[in-house]
Amino acid sequence: MKQEFTISVFTEDHIGILGQITIILTRRQINIDSFTASESAVKGVYLLTIVVNTTSEMVQKVARQMEKLIDVLKVFVHTSDQIIYQEIALFKVTTNGLMSGNVIDHIVRSHYARILEVSPEYMVIEKTGNKIEISELLSQLEPFGLLQFAKSGRVAITKQVKELNAYLKEMDEANRYKTEPTLN
Amino acid sequence: MKTEQEKEQATMELNGQEHITGAEAILQCLIEEGVDTIFGYPGGAIMPIYDKLMDYEDRLRHILTRHEQGAAHAAQAYAMVTGRPGICFATSGPGATNLVTGIANAFLDSVPVVFITAQVVSGLIGTDAFQETDIIGVSMPVTKWNCQVKKPQDIPEVIAKAFYIAKTGRPGPVLIDITKDAQLEKLNFKYKKCDYIRSYNPHIPLHTKAIESAAIMINHAERPLILAGHGVLISGAEDELKAFAEKTGIPVASTLLGLSGFPSDHRLFTGLLGMHGNYGPNLLTNEADLIIAVGMRFDDRVTGNLKKYAKKATIIHIEIDEAEINKNVIVDVEIHNDAKEALRCLIPLVKENSFEKWIREFRICDKIEYEKVIKPETKPDKGEIRMGEVVTLISEITKGEAIIVTDVGQNQMYAARYYKFNHPNSLVTSGGMGTMGFGLPAGIGAKIGRPDKIVVTFVGDGGLQMTIQELGTILQYNVPVKIIVLNNNFLGMVRQWQDMFFEKRYASTKLVNPDFVMIANAYNIPAKKVSKREELRSSMEEMLAGEGPFLLDIVIEKEGNVFPMVEPGSSVSEVRLTY
Ligand SMILES: Cc1ncc(C[n+]2csc(CCOP(=O)(O)OP(=O)(O)O)c2C)c(N)n1
Ligand SMILES: [Mg+2]
Repeated sequence: MKQEFTISVFTEDHIGILGQITIILTRRQINIDSFTASESAVKGVYLLTIVVNTTSEMVQKVARQMEKLIDVLKVFVHTSDQIIYQEIALFKVTTNGLMSGNVIDHIVRSHYARILEVSPEYMVIEKTGNKIEISELLSQLEPFGLLQFAKSGRVAITKQVKELNAYLKEMDEANRYKTEPTLN
Repeated sequence: MKTEQEKEQATMELNGQEHITGAEAILQCLIEEGVDTIFGYPGGAIMPIYDKLMDYEDRLRHILTRHEQGAAHAAQAYAMVTGRPGICFATSGPGATNLVTGIANAFLDSVPVVFITAQVVSGLIGTDAFQETDIIGVSMPVTKWNCQVKKPQDIPEVIAKAFYIAKTGRPGPVLIDITKDAQLEKLNFKYKKCDYIRSYNPHIPLHTKAIESAAIMINHAERPLILAGHGVLISGAEDELKAFAEKTGIPVASTLLGLSGFPSDHRLFTGLLGMHGNYGPNLLTNEADLIIAVGMRFDDRVTGNLKKYAKKATIIHIEIDEAEINKNVIVDVEIHNDAKEALRCLIPLVKENSFEKWIREFRICDKIEYEKVIKPETKPDKGEIRMGEVVTLISEITKGEAIIVTDVGQNQMYAARYYKFNHPNSLVTSGGMGTMGFGLPAGIGAKIGRPDKIVVTFVGDGGLQMTIQELGTILQYNVPVKIIVLNNNFLGMVRQWQDMFFEKRYASTKLVNPDFVMIANAYNIPAKKVSKREELRSSMEEMLAGEGPFLLDIVIEKEGNVFPMVEPGSSVSEVRLTY
């Protein structure tokens, strides 16, 4: 059964890593719902947050393939209930529509959105939330003459208690483990 | 008065550093890594390296092939027979893209090869300059790791990293793309081998818990079977595998690339797995109650139809590459470890045992296969020469002491099926990719890597012509490789499929061939054409007696088919002996 998974990939700063990660997904015909790259809490380590819709067997397979990449430190796979996540959306609507009353103002407030800029021609609204919340706001603003709409990928924080640093330390110890030299 | 530069150089020399060009640094790095042989082909962007190579001739031997693909295959074969990474050079643009088949081949078969390609000067990258191709992008999906170097001072560190990555864990090819300016500019050279990369951990602590549960299963199994893969050879676990099999009495079957990891004449050896493998191990995979897979990846050519694969068996998978575990076959016990270490740990935990009744089932299958397939193949008394008898004769004459190199197709399957391997790493073949044209250049690489061994290369008339220009390499370096052309005037393996699955419609598989003897002679390589059974042995003896290279063009029956066969989509237990 397919469901939504958020894959968090912690990587070294290596050119080309984005390509390598997307190749793994495209070879398996997995569509990327969203893809975000950012810094992480650990200096020099980057975090890619990828949302995909696939089966749990398949997501485990691709996660292992990602972790196999030389410059990938650690990969986590989470279902939506294991993470806290947000997306950010920006809407540009005509001010004309707005003039028709404080309807928009009301919509903005009831959706916990905010207005970033107002000019005689347009206004820009920002909304942070999940996919459903954003699409709800979108459907309400559309009748007022939507000029532009842009949405970020997902950013996510995991609920798990063990943090990347602890994993890095473990990996470091494992990496230092060397087998005894063999005789031959 | 010393100039600033001279002063700097003096301090550097005190620190054990040398001020040399990037090109020279590359060669120094290779020497530090114990390299003495390079396969390659020059061109504009790589000229600084080749120029320096002349000063290093006493320490670095360069083999100029006739095509970069040939250099890549030769370097891979060299690595497979020596256990040391192969080295391959190519220039930018077409030189680099000509490597791609060879890189992909090494990637699928987990062979460490360090590819060094040259790139246009860094200022021109991205401008579609003359002979600029994005080889980093092109090779990304077929290398274990790749990296572009634009500054000379980065060369030592990147090369050190490349060797470490290529050799450790599940080995594989790496590619370093070095710009021409980085080759020409100078750096303060100091080399330190790499033994640690934070994000890459090839040293996996033993999964003792999993090994213990595996031991319990092994001790309770009634019809266990070991599937030995290339990982046995890569980790050097041949002795451990033998000790494990002998102690437990468990029969052993091998994948194509696992061949020679376990002696072919061992009483516990049951043969080759997969599409053209032996009858017993295919049929009885589906009767086993326990499968112990060691260093293999359940490739579709081995498993046949996955839905009907080993359904009665509990599966233990010893594998160093975690991404291979549960990829094709869901396993019961994962032992994500090096094969040698895992087997070592497992041996004391398993009890001495024997499975005579179970092994008898394999022997019964062997008898059936012998009567139906092997005997008519290896001991025909009439008709034209068959591939099976050729390989069997070579096996007898060389007493299993040769290194066997193959191309791809029927010739490959016959070589794998009928040669009796006695020594580890004595089969060099293209497994995962099935690359026609591999045989001739791989034979060169194998012979250069192991000059002490007889190297016999089996090639088809089709595959030979994909890299036939490498006869020039044999001529130039007098590489004493013995080439046997199994000449059926067909792209035999494809013709077999047309015969079986396309109503005998032989679309574009018939070959009109040149006179291979004349071609060989033109390269000053002694050669002989054989079409009579009576002349087979004497011509082989003649070929092997000579010091130099030799080409034997053997006229084979035109429409022979390889059996047994697990047809595509069929289960391994539906393996057919005839059709
Ligand atoms: C580069 C490449 N192209 C095409 C194929 C498909 N192919 C597999 S076997 C084969 C026929 C090989 O003919 P030949 O070399 O004469 O060997 P034979 O099977 O006759 O022994 C072909 C075309 C391949 N494996 N590799
Ligand atoms: Mg042929």
